[in-house]
Amino acid sequence: MTELTKHEPATIYIKPSKGLAALNLRDLWVYRELIFFMVWRDVKVKYKQTLLGMAWAVIQPVMTMLVFTFLFDKVAKLPTDGIPYPVFSFTALLPWGLFVTALNQGSRSLVAHNNMVTKIYFPRLILPMASVFAGLVDFAIAFVILIGLMFYYQVTPAWNIFWTLPLFLLLAIITALGVALWLSAVNVKYRDVNQALPFLTQFWLFATPVAYSSSVISEKWQILYSLNPMAGVVNGFRWALLGSGNGPDITLWVSATISILILISGLFYFRSMEKTFADTI
Amino acid sequence: MTIAINVKNLGKQYKIGAAETKFRYNMLRDVLMDTFYAPVRIAKAMIGKSDRRSNQNFVWALKDVSFDLEEGRVLGIVGRNGAGKSTLLKILSRVTEPTVGTVSVRGRVGSLLEVGTGFHPELTGRENIYMNGAILGMRRAEIDSKFDEIVDFSEVTQFIDTPVKRYSSGMYLRLAFAVAAHLEPEILVVDEVLAVGDAEFQRKCLGKMGDVAQQGRTILFVSHNMSAIMRLTQETIVLNKGQLLMRGPTQEAVDFYLSSGQAQAGERVWDVKDVPASSAPFRPISLKVKNGSGKVVDTVRSTEPVTVEFEYQLDAPVTGLRVGFYLSTMRGEYVLASFDTDEPNLFEKFDSRKSGRYISRAEIPADIFNEGRYSIGVNASSFGVRRYFMDENAIAFNVDISGAPGTHWPEPRVGPVRPRLNWKIEKLD
Repeated sequence: MTELTKHEPATIYIKPSKGLAALNLRDLWVYRELIFFMVWRDVKVKYKQTLLGMAWAVIQPVMTMLVFTFLFDKVAKLPTDGIPYPVFSFTALLPWGLFVTALNQGSRSLVAHNNMVTKIYFPRLILPMASVFAGLVDFAIAFVILIGLMFYYQVTPAWNIFWTLPLFLLLAIITALGVALWLSAVNVKYRDVNQALPFLTQFWLFATPVAYSSSVISEKWQILYSLNPMAGVVNGFRWALLGSGNGPDITLWVSATISILILISGLFYFRSMEKTFADTI
Repeated sequence: MTIAINVKNLGKQYKIGAAETKFRYNMLRDVLMDTFYAPVRIAKAMIGKSDRRSNQNFVWALKDVSFDLEEGRVLGIVGRNGAGKSTLLKILSRVTEPTVGTVSVRGRVGSLLEVGTGFHPELTGRENIYMNGAILGMRRAEIDSKFDEIVDFSEVTQFIDTPVKRYSSGMYLRLAFAVAAHLEPEILVVDEVLAVGDAEFQRKCLGKMGDVAQQGRTILFVSHNMSAIMRLTQETIVLNKGQLLMRGPTQEAVDFYLSSGQAQAGERVWDVKDVPASSAPFRPISLKVKNGSGKVVDTVRSTEPVTVEFEYQLDAPVTGLRVGFYLSTMRGEYVLASFDTDEPNLFEKFDSRKSGRYISRAEIPADIFNEGRYSIGVNASSFGVRRYFMDENAIAFNVDISGAPGTHWPEPRVGPVRPRLNWKIEKLD
């Protein structure tokens, strides 16, 4: 072993936190490498000992897309604003897949890593954050398929895609992270979350315009419908990539506001519960 | 000298007896009412407004503890189980937050408890070193520079690119320990009571601790092993029921601890207030360890039978009750478990017990134990129905092996038991 570290060690003050805990983003910055390693580990481990490996990231959305195409295009003949159904649904399945992964992995992240939570200190926010970011890798792989589909169906996006798409992706991440923060923190105390997740995911899928177009919702219900933040995300993706719909309007702003509110409230709720995690998990 | 750790009026409150409310689901009506009120309860709990006094008991695991520790000192912490030692270490390493009081800690706190945290069986040794290092708060560059040293220390060089799920448990532990040992925190926390692993591993931990101490780092050392405390520390604090009873030079503190009766000299007595309300109608009174001549002792000879005597009160008749104990080594390996109604005739007679005072007494035959310290945990339960009372470390006792088989060779024998076996030697030609 080498001699004592040269630099002056920092002093840490430990005291009970009162009321609304500060977000302490500085600590998160100090531990930024841990976020990277957690994401890297999640990605690396996810497809270990599988025959098809990374191909699963493609198979899952493609199979769903094929089922949807058969059910909703060939059988139910849902309107798609003139866009070929496969590319129409696949565009929505990308952010939806990201959201579902984040919802499921993120909500379980604290409980799944309880040995870390009860043994060592690190900003607990890292766990749900890493779960959400790990979903981005699958997203990127499936995105390549989407580009292929767009070429095949000759759908050309508008030039503004270069800034609209990243913005909507950000909105998807904000939504996913916000929900994951809430559910992961609640899950520490009430494992009911585990039971509710499959149902919640299914219900949320029906409430989001993934398989259908949001234009089938009548005008007077549009605002209520947009209270589902994923509706805004999915419509935004379709608009940015396929040019469908009216583009950003009041419903998008409602969705975006809800997303941001969920994230901010989630952050504060998570931080205020954080001190009890090690004792109650 | 600089102060490395400053602890001021530290207190930590824990919730106990939450299980009590669970058992109130006697009637369907209760269950329905409970379900009906669940949303209200969840909402209350989520905004942190659950009524503390309504159905939960609180206990101070640590109360009004204050001390300073100068940089480069080694401080021993002794106390019975539940005295608050582990809680104190958990607060210092920021795993849990104190309820009151403040602590200031100068530098990084590392503990040898964290070994293997975050290890993933599917990742290779190399990958796990990086992962584990990051979890322990090491920078990537720091891990890079120590990588070879860590691998050498772990002695798994050949298998460094093999997934750790293919490792033997020894290799796994060595690798995990190697990472933790190279963290080089300014303050090292060692909780020997909770340390897992074999004797060899524990020896390695203590060895590492000695090295670290020589480099002038600050160390907090928790142990039940008084000789290790005396060997490794200069100063010791004594905790009892969450409070700091004394601090002094190790010799004085250990004498105080051993003579103040807290060291559980062969007898454990439960105060009414020590027993959780959820135990009712079962109420433990005392647990005694007696030697061959019936005296309550802290040290028994392995050549004599040992009697374990558990006295308790039943405040109401109980059906299906069994009272018994677990015996384990101080390293946490179980040696045996036994219940008072294990024998069919006793089971028939005492399966239902009227209210009143009882003693369940077991005699462990002579020539069973090896040298060392053993722990007895008690348990009173109705099989598959409910557990009334449990104390995993109710009492501990020492075993002296003079006269035991094989003691004419001055060597330690492996294993928790040292029975007198019926050896025969035949000459065959």
